[in-house]
Amino acid sequence: MAELEQKEVGKKGNKKGRKKMSIRVDLTPMVDLGFLLVTFFMLTTTFSKPQTMEINLPVKPKERLKEEEQNALKASKAFNIIIGANNKLYWYVGLSNEPIEGPAETDFSVDGIRKVLQNKNNNIKEMVVLIKPTNDANYKNVVDILDEMNISDIKRYALVDITPEDLKLIMNK
Amino acid sequence: MPKVKIPRKSTMIDMTAMTDVAFLLLTFFMLTTQFKTDESVIVDTPSSISEIKLPDTDIMNITITKDGKVFFSIDNNNFTREKLLARISEKHPELQFNDAEKKAFVISGSIGVPLNQLKGYLDLDEVDRKAFQQPGIPVDSTNNELADWIMQGRLSNPGVRITINGDQSCPWPVVKKVMNTLQDKNVNKFNLITDLETDPNKLKGI
Repeated sequence: MAELEQKEVGKKGNKKGRKKMSIRVDLTPMVDLGFLLVTFFMLTTTFSKPQTMEINLPVKPKERLKEEEQNALKASKAFNIIIGANNKLYWYVGLSNEPIEGPAETDFSVDGIRKVLQNKNNNIKEMVVLIKPTNDANYKNVVDILDEMNISDIKRYALVDITPEDLKLIMNK
Repeated sequence: MPKVKIPRKSTMIDMTAMTDVAFLLLTFFMLTTQFKTDESVIVDTPSSISEIKLPDTDIMNITITKDGKVFFSIDNNNFTREKLLARISEKHPELQFNDAEKKAFVISGSIGVPLNQLKGYLDLDEVDRKAFQQPGIPVDSTNNELADWIMQGRLSNPGVRITINGDQSCPWPVVKKVMNTLQDKNVNKFNLITDLETDPNKLKGI
């Protein structure tokens, strides 16, 4: 392109008897190079840093003690969530041998566990949520429930191992 | 009738503005770029509303894949990886590494081989190492090598933060095993890597 322009200018220049050089430089290859590099950096970059969710677990040696505390915990304040297979959720209030309310089945939808949680959180003072994932649960289920705690702004919750009584409870459901 | 003179327009377009834009973008990307780490495993993380950003350095990451394999990686800030490997050979005298293997360890991403296969894994050349199907680090109660890695990793870099990068569909018992291992090693605070999800409470506010 640039050469073409130069020739034209040259012809004119010849007529006038003077050669005028074009000062225009064709920038197309430079743009090409620029965009090539832009594309490269765009594709290799990790734009957003991954998000993280902080989780605190009880100190191990004190865990036994914690379990006793759990028993000491008023049964009426214990809200249990059992995470079953195939994204199923069960909840009950109280102890597994004599649940005060429930067990009932629910799901991860907005009208499911979130409604129950918010409802119970308003009604039960100092509610403690015990999250009990069964062996059939997957990681997403657990993270979702932990997330529900954040969404419903529940500060007291614990990840607890499932007990055979709990399993019996949901078996009957 | 006089000939209508059509003015000959030059086909040349002024590229200066375009160059400006291209190089502006280029500069922006060059300055903000953070190269993707070469991950040997691809993990689809669950999402949460948590907005805590992960720092770039001092990270010890435990990856759990869909099929329950466990991988370990640590960043190489302040030569942590070199120190870590030295500690591993100190603890397991039968595992001594030559310079090439040490170098391979530093540049390799996630480690997912049992200790007895580590030497063989590091001896592979770079291409083969990437293609190698790593079996995962054993986390069974009888042979918990992950505990070793965590312990030595923390000794190599005391300020390290531990993250778990689990796949959505990985079974819970594996994650529980990893968490129990962490608790055994007195790590009671760690981060779960998640994708961002909109907070329904914030949506209400809008």
